[in-house]
Amino acid sequence: MSSHSGSSNGRVIPAAYPPPVDSQKEFVKRGLDGEDELIEVGVAIVGGGTAGLACANRLLQLLAEDPEMMERLGEVPVAVIEKAKTCGGHNLSGAVMRPEPLRELFGELSREDWRKEGFAFGEVTKESVYILPGAKTKLRIPPPPPQHNKGNEVVSVSALARYQQRVAEEAGAYILTETAATQLIVEDGRVVGVRSGDKGRGKDGEPLSNFEPGTDIKAQATVLAEGCWGHITGAAIREFDLAKDREPQVWELGVKEVWKVKRPLDRVIHTLAGWPLKISASYGQIGGSWMYPMKDEKTGDDLVSIGFIIDLDYADATTSAHDLLQEIKTHPLFRDVLEGGERVAWGAKALPAGGYWSMPKLSMPGAVLVGDAAGIMNLASLKGVHYAIKSGMLAAESIYAALKRGESSFENYEQVVEDSIIGKDMWEQRNTRQPFQKGLIRGGPLVNLMIATKGRFPGGRWALHRNDSKPMFIGKTKDSYPKPDGKYTFDKLSSVFISGNATRDDAPNHIRVRKHVPRELAETWRWMCPAGVYEIPEDGEGGDESGDVDVIVNYTNCVQCGAITAKGGRLTVPEGGDGPLYQIT
Amino acid sequence: MANILVYALHYDGAINKNSLGAVSEGAKLAAELGGEAHAILLGDNVPHDLAASLGNYGASKVLVAEGPEGLAQPLVDAMAAAIQGGGYSYALFGGGLLGFEIGAGLAARLGAGVVMEVTAVRAENGELIAERPILGDSAISEIKYRSQVGIIIGRLNAFEIRESGGGDAPVEQLSFELSSQAQQATMLTRGEQRGADVDIEGADILVAGGRGLGKAEGFQLAEDLAAAFGGNSAVAATRAVVDAGWYPYAAQIGQTGKTVAPKLYLAAGISGAIQHKVGMQASENIVAINKDANAPIFEFSDLGIVGDLNKILPKLTEAVKAKKGA
Amino acid sequence: MKICVLVKEVPDAAVEKRIDPSTGRMDRGGEKNLNPYDTHAIEAAMQIKEGGTVPVEEIVAVTMGPDSAVRALHKAVSLGADRSVHLSDPAVAGSDVAATGYALAKTLERESPDLVLLGQQSDDGECYTIGAVVAEHLGMPSLTQVIKMDVEAEGGGGVGSGSLRCERQAEYGYDTVQIKLPAVISVGDAINEPRYPSLKAIMGAKKKPLDTVTAGDVQIDPAKVGGDNSAAQWVAAKAPPAKAAGMIIEDEDTGETVEKIVAWLDERKLI
Repeated sequence: MSSHSGSSNGRVIPAAYPPPVDSQKEFVKRGLDGEDELIEVGVAIVGGGTAGLACANRLLQLLAEDPEMMERLGEVPVAVIEKAKTCGGHNLSGAVMRPEPLRELFGELSREDWRKEGFAFGEVTKESVYILPGAKTKLRIPPPPPQHNKGNEVVSVSALARYQQRVAEEAGAYILTETAATQLIVEDGRVVGVRSGDKGRGKDGEPLSNFEPGTDIKAQATVLAEGCWGHITGAAIREFDLAKDREPQVWELGVKEVWKVKRPLDRVIHTLAGWPLKISASYGQIGGSWMYPMKDEKTGDDLVSIGFIIDLDYADATTSAHDLLQEIKTHPLFRDVLEGGERVAWGAKALPAGGYWSMPKLSMPGAVLVGDAAGIMNLASLKGVHYAIKSGMLAAESIYAALKRGESSFENYEQVVEDSIIGKDMWEQRNTRQPFQKGLIRGGPLVNLMIATKGRFPGGRWALHRNDSKPMFIGKTKDSYPKPDGKYTFDKLSSVFISGNATRDDAPNHIRVRKHVPRELAETWRWMCPAGVYEIPEDGEGGDESGDVDVIVNYTNCVQCGAITAKGGRLTVPEGGDGPLYQIT
Repeated sequence: MANILVYALHYDGAINKNSLGAVSEGAKLAAELGGEAHAILLGDNVPHDLAASLGNYGASKVLVAEGPEGLAQPLVDAMAAAIQGGGYSYALFGGGLLGFEIGAGLAARLGAGVVMEVTAVRAENGELIAERPILGDSAISEIKYRSQVGIIIGRLNAFEIRESGGGDAPVEQLSFELSSQAQQATMLTRGEQRGADVDIEGADILVAGGRGLGKAEGFQLAEDLAAAFGGNSAVAATRAVVDAGWYPYAAQIGQTGKTVAPKLYLAAGISGAIQHKVGMQASENIVAINKDANAPIFEFSDLGIVGDLNKILPKLTEAVKAKKGA
Repeated sequence: MKICVLVKEVPDAAVEKRIDPSTGRMDRGGEKNLNPYDTHAIEAAMQIKEGGTVPVEEIVAVTMGPDSAVRALHKAVSLGADRSVHLSDPAVAGSDVAATGYALAKTLERESPDLVLLGQQSDDGECYTIGAVVAEHLGMPSLTQVIKMDVEAEGGGGVGSGSLRCERQAEYGYDTVQIKLPAVISVGDAINEPRYPSLKAIMGAKKKPLDTVTAGDVQIDPAKVGGDNSAAQWVAAKAPPAKAAGMIIEDEDTGETVEKIVAWLDERKLI
């Protein structure tokens, strides 16, 4: 595959510099601690995002009607383990959500109720899709079918999670916030729970004076809802070989801002490819942007959600989603809406983009996967919120049914997902990512063909290659990034600041990367990371010099987007409570 | 007639700077209200001359009370006695620990309104309106008093010291009774100096160093300059250099370090990223030296110098020494 | 010994804060957390209990606030408090620091504590030294910014009986003060490193006794509390004065530049 020197025609392949990590040894605990030390719960849900909480919400609805089953699940029937300070603190999405699954989950709520609760911001009535040929021009195109958004609702998953958390707590769930789940506990080939993270370790991992070790959480069923690049999910996939015969998973990175604007936007806008991306095969930049109107019922403010997404398969090390977002803001399409307004939020998150063939097996003995962690995502429209809710509900129903029947296997969940809208939609789009790995121009028409024929033509199964197997070179994308002025365009550090990130200075480093790597790889990380975590020391920043350089890792800036794991590093879970505190992303 | 009673902290034979500012401010405000500013000192045999000297800052009279120094509750008793004796509409404090403690206790004793962290006061229609910053200094609240007596506790360094040229003030003994709670505390050691600590929060002048210093040894330049300024000066650092081990954490300023508001903040080799800015933006005077003309710090500094700090700092140190020596 | 710890829920430091334009008060929506300074107070109480110099029968967490304030109490309990008391009453809403101190003092009276601990200030910048207010109403001695505290047992040698030996950071240096119990002590964040609660403690917190009381239950005079009765009345909010644009010097002749700097500093009496 890749040569030992990790380069291919003078380009550097990230996969040749694997981070110092042994997933199965470090992140899988074999056997539980003694009864006195551990905590026992009925169902443990790792991740308090849209999917995990939907699972909790649905489970508690079922248990409310079944006191005997509630009793059987013990003192703590449902526990949600969330590493942020509150559910929603680490959640981010566009998002224009299909309404049906949420209506299904909370039947008594109307869409007006959603907006009063503060997580929904209006129904989509108009939409436009553009390609931007250049910095000042735009070309309107008819929305491709999967992008029809009329009737959908603009939501904030961060705010939605907060709402779901309240509902879950009122229904009896224990929501353990500021708690990281660091290890999967496996006994006799079965997942029996997870272990929570230690607190009070110093920079080098040494226990400080207030060190508090983690605790084993024993559960009858475990739901992995960690979102994009789940830490334990990765270990589980290896341990139980859940990716066998699957295509590798690939990712996209999105950077988002929310703005308060002077005049309301009247429509949902998407741009596909085009400026400022370099779509040639050698640069391989695939992506697009969005701009959604948000009416905040609580404050009466007119807000706008904007963002830029880029497929992480690009080849130019200087590709930066954050800077591309700043660049696209200078286009009149955006400027006309945002000028005179004020940025009120910023954040970043990666999302799984491999589609059907990259989805791992969704169950293992003792546990199931839901949401982004399961790779569930509608590729053509990049929608995943409604699937997250749906998969969470289906997981709840499957687990409930299995436990009630005294069955130990949750494999039934897989079929249920396959038969649902999730399975149907994902099957239709199963090959819509792969052609893009050949570049937009060659791949584009094929993708359109597949979408138009609902996946029937060309059929079959197309292969994907891993994001970190792409050879990187130092190119020219950075040359057109705007200089941040601090009022309309922003630098990474001030953006991290408003994400609410206040990680303590002596926290241990949760990012695993090699510290001394070829310049091309170091530059890849430096530009890719939206939070400015990776820096190259300042001596001699010369043109196209090759050779190895040191990498400085400012891990306290990290907003845990997950992108590093796709391109040669490994994000592990920081101490519970660390990281951003998103509110309206 | 609205008289103002101003608390003056004394230590080691001198009046604390914040108290001098408070007396000056009290005098100014009293004049606007058509009244007088009186100062109050409490201690073990307070020297007459020390008390009388407050006349130079505008006090028309100085009350001296006998009691244990450095504790707040005896002053609550003394000031309450003076205020209940009649004639005072406001009690004014210059900030600092004791100012807050006494002011808060006095508010409780008198059922009086109290505003803390005041940065400015003005007289309007025969009464005083206090201003205090809120939301990280991004807005200012204006507060009026509804009670008979209003208590104003200033932010550190908020009030300017003004010598009125008024000469010595008459000194009057104040007799009062110590409450039972004031008798439950005993000062064993007062004002122990612990040299090793870096008290950047109390410094008047801070010379702060960032990545631009180049290496840990670069901090020598900052220390030399701080030493040249002398007095209550200290060296501070940004998070980046503390992380890199160039300077101790106790000197760190910024979002996760300390917040400071010195009279002069001289930033050398600091870019001015917002995480640092929030820790020092309330500084009265900000001077920045950086070789990058586009560094964000130049947007909020009062004086910015674009140049090489390795050339500027040593020359500046010499010049400051010379000026002070002269 | 019975220790009461006063705790407060405050908006999370990372949350963007706004003013409610109609009342001039901080909009307290959004995430709230236990005031970080109060965690030091709880830790101090725990260290006294674990230190063994005096037997501590119980540590009680006390707060005044709306319904959401129970979270601060749960957190306090997970950190070691044995039970908690929640003063919750619309009559006290909007109270300023003086009124809040009064209300808390009345609530504490019912508990008859030997020692009241609290954090030096609250993260929302609203209340400094509320301990002094509480102490005044309780008629107890008070000390703030305490960074070291040792309990002297009854009748034991040393400084006295039933007392505390405290060190506190004043602006001119460190004071060592002996204080007789009962007392109100506000602790600075330098006093200790608060522990992290174990998961078991967090999950068990909701089971510990939580007593909700109204203003009437603790004999609070409604005329002395509440936003409308504040003795200090907010009248307006304004933007801070815009800073005049700064001067920029491009260093060409360093000697000259330095002269200009010194002149600038001199003008402002900084040298």
